[in-house]
Amino acid sequence: MATGLDDSTTLADAKPEIGEINKYDFRTDSPAVFKARKGIDAEIVTQISEMKKEPEWMREFRLKSLEIFESKPMPNWGGRLGIDFQDIYYYLKPTEQQGKTWEEVPDAIKQTFDRLGIPEAERKFLAGVKAQFESEVVYGSLQEDLAKKGVIFTDTDTAVREHSDLLREYFGTVIPPTDNKFAALNSAVWSGGSFIYVPKGVKIEFPLQAYFRINAESMGQFERTLIIVDEGAQVHYVEGCTAPMYSTESLHSAVVEIIVKKHGRCRYTTIQNWANNIYNLVTKRAMAYEGALMEWIDGNLGSQLTMKYPAVYLMEPGARGEILSIAFASAGQHQDAGAKIVHAAPHTSGRIVSKSISKNGGRASYRGLVKVEPGAKKSKSSVVCDALILDGHSRSDTYPYIEIEEQDVTIGHEASVSKIGEEQLFYLMSRGLSEAEASTMIVGGFIEPLVKELPMEYAVEMNKLIQLQMEGSVG
Amino acid sequence: MTASAARPMIHERLVIKGLHVAVEGQEILKGVDLTIGRGEVHALMGPNGSGKSTLGYAIMGHPSYEVTAGSIEMVKADGGSADVLAMEPDERARAGIFLAFQRPMSIPGVRVADFLRHSVTNVRNPDRKEGEELMPMREFRDELKKKMAELSMDPEFARRYVNDGFSGGEMKRAEILQLAMLRPKFAILDETDSGLDADAVRLASQSIARIGGHEMGILIITHHEQLLEHNIPLQTHVMLGGRIVESGGPELAAELHKKGYERIRAAYPDAAAAEKAMEDARAEPASA
Repeated sequence: MATGLDDSTTLADAKPEIGEINKYDFRTDSPAVFKARKGIDAEIVTQISEMKKEPEWMREFRLKSLEIFESKPMPNWGGRLGIDFQDIYYYLKPTEQQGKTWEEVPDAIKQTFDRLGIPEAERKFLAGVKAQFESEVVYGSLQEDLAKKGVIFTDTDTAVREHSDLLREYFGTVIPPTDNKFAALNSAVWSGGSFIYVPKGVKIEFPLQAYFRINAESMGQFERTLIIVDEGAQVHYVEGCTAPMYSTESLHSAVVEIIVKKHGRCRYTTIQNWANNIYNLVTKRAMAYEGALMEWIDGNLGSQLTMKYPAVYLMEPGARGEILSIAFASAGQHQDAGAKIVHAAPHTSGRIVSKSISKNGGRASYRGLVKVEPGAKKSKSSVVCDALILDGHSRSDTYPYIEIEEQDVTIGHEASVSKIGEEQLFYLMSRGLSEAEASTMIVGGFIEPLVKELPMEYAVEMNKLIQLQMEGSVG
Repeated sequence: MTASAARPMIHERLVIKGLHVAVEGQEILKGVDLTIGRGEVHALMGPNGSGKSTLGYAIMGHPSYEVTAGSIEMVKADGGSADVLAMEPDERARAGIFLAFQRPMSIPGVRVADFLRHSVTNVRNPDRKEGEELMPMREFRDELKKKMAELSMDPEFARRYVNDGFSGGEMKRAEILQLAMLRPKFAILDETDSGLDADAVRLASQSIARIGGHEMGILIITHHEQLLEHNIPLQTHVMLGGRIVESGGPELAAELHKKGYERIRAAYPDAAAAEKAMEDARAEPASA
């Protein structure tokens, strides 16, 4: 009943009327205008841009990025990347992405949904099967409320069309395509992601979640998110979901750019739990200006290899950056995660807290950079990274890079690696907890300092997820 | 709890016979026999390194303490018996055995209340499967509050992380709180008085007596007699060189507390020699 991923003959029109697609039949009668094929070249990139009816500047941006992508070498650090760039679909129409049937979703993923108690409607969406999610209906009034305050919260594709000038001013300024090979790739083929603008002085009290505007294009492989927090404004954005995200494509490479202006505050929370076939290579960076605060809370589970180092550039005096990162690596997984803080102005402060857990042969690496540029006097930075290794064949590494070009600064670095102690286990077991329950409790305690920073429902899900990981029932 | 509390028809007891225990290949216990009935208090004394804590760990099932010979059985009210050595530590806990640790482990990030709710749920429902419901929050909280009040503990204590940053006294009180919540059939209290001042020891002694009532079999490992003030031992046992060499009444505890172990060493030269040999073996790796 549904179009398979390889079936490119019954594709929807360029601008799908998602609301009209019958949820039991994803086929439409619209003529195909775009034939998906594997691989990346100027023709594909041009087609993507045309499909999206983008302005000229964006098409040029994409094509230029493609050239940069082709000229850049693969990163020579982090994990092993076995990616054949010509064997990947770079753009799939929303209907194609959802053109799968529930039956095709692996049992392990379905079981996890059961265990997490994810509502039926969300399950299908998360598994990439659902054609529509009634977010417009449910969250319509919320959107209205935000709009009244001048907040823009939409997907980035729409923003290119409807808020072109604003978007163009900032797009690619925090993470230019030249930054790294995967940022260049994303710049060439990006699709979906969120665009948020919070006007001066507007404080959004509740966390904004991608759920609110879930539609077909919100969770592509190459999302592009841009958040602008104007002076004195405040926002907490929550991305992703703790349920495992299932995708038939193996490369996920997002770019997230954030600008926090004078005295603004932004917190960006991500909990991602990828299926085990995924390369998750994400570039996230924020610029924080005078007295501004930028916080990244980043939880990484699943995937084959994750390379992700959220960064804060402290651009003006008084700017603060905080990065909390949790990584859980199990069998066949390598989490190369960390953080970067760059002190580019005096009186700036940064804090990095990283917690990693490795189990069943998984490998968790912390890779972090603290950089203090000349003149960034009286800056303070601290890094704490703790690793917990659950068994003898798992691995943990720490790669802390510290570059300091200013004398008058305070930098602290602490790292610890611990194993779940036999004594701790015995203590808990002597109180009636099984070995599995005891390990789960110890791991839960280990990440507690970060979990308590999460919004309540995410904290609950995060704990459940850790429990599932500990039982080995996920992936 | 009154003195007339019903006793089981068949006296439930923990029976240890000919127990030999080795740690990292070195034999520490060399044949221990001890029977503790429910409702009885036994005191276990002896110089440092004689094997008292080892006995506690072996009864609880610490994986590093290898039982090389002997048996530990729990004789049940119906006359049947359970092989304690065949059980994992958590199964022993659910069967009604408890060890108050001399040095309890800290579990950072895990709150006392969360840990205890899990623990109490499992111990009270030994057949509970993982993932099944925990004891209802309200019921648990009410009980915990009551028990903490009885032990003069600040309710805030329940929100702290298990033994994380606790003072010596707080750790010991937390162990007694667990004893009170779990209400085991048999409890081994390993130097629950160490690190406490005189008043705190008296309070601990009273608390243990109240918690134990006439239902619990208690083995009190101690160097002093104060903890026994409200827990008059049916028997006092003296351990030396990995064996119980002498048993007596409360007066024996008083004697050892006052006069030390010279008389014991002189009376049991074999055990004293074993003690010396164990000391030498312990010293060896350090000097090597």
